[in-house]
Amino acid sequence: MVAPLLYLTAFGWGLGRSVQLQSGTYLDFIVPGIMALNSMNIGFHSIISVHAERVYHKSLEEYLISPIDPKSFLTGKILGAVLKGLISSVIIILTALIFGANLTLSAELFFVLALNTVIFAEVGFYAAMRLATYEEMAQVNTYILLPMSFMCGTFFSTATLPEGLRFFINCLPLTHASQLLRSLTVGGSILFDSLLILAIFAALGFFLSLKALKKCQED
Amino acid sequence: MIEILNVVKKFKTNGANFKTAVNDVTFSIRRNEIFGLLGTNGAGKTTILKMLTGQIQPTAGKIFYDGKTFNENLFEIKKMLGVVPQHINFDQELTVEENLELHARLYGMEKIERQNRITELLDYMELAEYRNYNVRKLSGGMKRRLLIARALIHRPKIIFLDEPTVALDPQVRRRIWNLIEELAKNGVTIVLTTHYIEEAENLCNRTAIINAGKLIAENSPVGFCESLGKFTVESADTFKFFHDKESAEKAASLLENSKVRQTKLEDVFIELTERGKNL
Ligand SMILES: Nc1ncnc2c1ncn2[C@@H]1O[C@H](COP(=O)(O)OP(=O)(O)OP(=O)(O)O)[C@@H](O)[C@H]1O
Ligand SMILES: [Mg+2]
Repeated sequence: MVAPLLYLTAFGWGLGRSVQLQSGTYLDFIVPGIMALNSMNIGFHSIISVHAERVYHKSLEEYLISPIDPKSFLTGKILGAVLKGLISSVIIILTALIFGANLTLSAELFFVLALNTVIFAEVGFYAAMRLATYEEMAQVNTYILLPMSFMCGTFFSTATLPEGLRFFINCLPLTHASQLLRSLTVGGSILFDSLLILAIFAALGFFLSLKALKKCQED
Repeated sequence: MIEILNVVKKFKTNGANFKTAVNDVTFSIRRNEIFGLLGTNGAGKTTILKMLTGQIQPTAGKIFYDGKTFNENLFEIKKMLGVVPQHINFDQELTVEENLELHARLYGMEKIERQNRITELLDYMELAEYRNYNVRKLSGGMKRRLLIARALIHRPKIIFLDEPTVALDPQVRRRIWNLIEELAKNGVTIVLTTHYIEEAENLCNRTAIINAGKLIAENSPVGFCESLGKFTVESADTFKFFHDKESAEKAASLLENSKVRQTKLEDVFIELTERGKNL
């Protein structure tokens, strides 16, 4: 939560107000990007305590032994992350408005933010079920989330990237979250292709996380 | 009540290698008995309990509860079971009471019943004054008592205890034994593992001896001693077993520094696991 506010202050308020793009100020450009990367980070980080619950405290066993459907457990954990994600999104939006950003707010915007949080909560959950150590969990953050948070159309448009790299980046969910949010904050329409891609990621993530949860004591 | 048929469990170790933790085990647990699983470290006792409580799936073989498998009747079976794990597994963020409350809610208990039951069990385990302590602040023995209390909250019909009296002082150990006997009197089925053979000898109606993943024998403690020989002649570090007193005494008279005594379950256990002999 601190990092996105710092990005917002440094790149948005500090640098962004003086840089003019065709479509508006740089601040207006990066606010949706920062919302996307923030919802990603909150989704991931608010769920990964299940790693300690599985590996160190073993308190996850209590849920696995009890007559609780693993689906309900997973859904509860994801919804908890979504709630945190939405609260912190509201804080980012308010800060951006104070800095003078022009944003159109809509229900669709919050829906996309929630969906993005779901996807990365699932990434965190899956990793927490499969990885053995806390160090490996940190590596997911360093080698997957951190590069994505800079490369996926958050701080600059992917349009200028070389062909191969752009194709790869277009396969990543955060790219679509940024594009959707950017379109929505300028009052544009919802991009159905991107929404469909996010929905597929979310469904796949749920399926894989559930499978990993059911098997998490096998090794 | 519980049938375990040709159950095998293999764990993936590194890469394509497997470790067979439980190797083709067949036995059954009857309603309302106290059943003990005995075995050396790494024999496979915990792995068997984890399969019986649905935490892990057998690689092969089947487990039936009253003729139904876990998959056929998952939640109904789970509601009947109470589990005391070998290690402490509380939610470290919560207090003593909150951990018990969480458990009671997971089993769908009503609020009043939850509160009454928690108070009753904390009193019984002499943990009442720690009710609002964070679980991290309890001593090792208190944590183990709390583990047992937690497993009993929802009044399970079958209780699995994985080394329930490890690290407990003698008074508390006695108390746990009394509790187990009381539960059995009230119709609860008990399955426990232990390293204290004496504990199994005093408590269990039947015991199974597991060695390196295999079930090598199954009998009542008395039955085990009788089939090995009720009388033991002990001299230095050798043991000989006899079915009648006379031959035992005769054998003893031929050995120096020997004595005749009743065979204990421990003798049977050592005989079967260490010397690898079969009855
Ligand atoms: N998750 C796992 N992955 C790999 N091997 C395992 C796993 N769990 C247990 N084992 C192996 O299976 C064997 C049986 O282990 P288990 O914990 O069931 O023994 P135990 O009889 O409970 O021993 P103890 O008396 O020490 O508690 C051991 O060799 C152990 O190393
Ligand atoms: Mg064990």
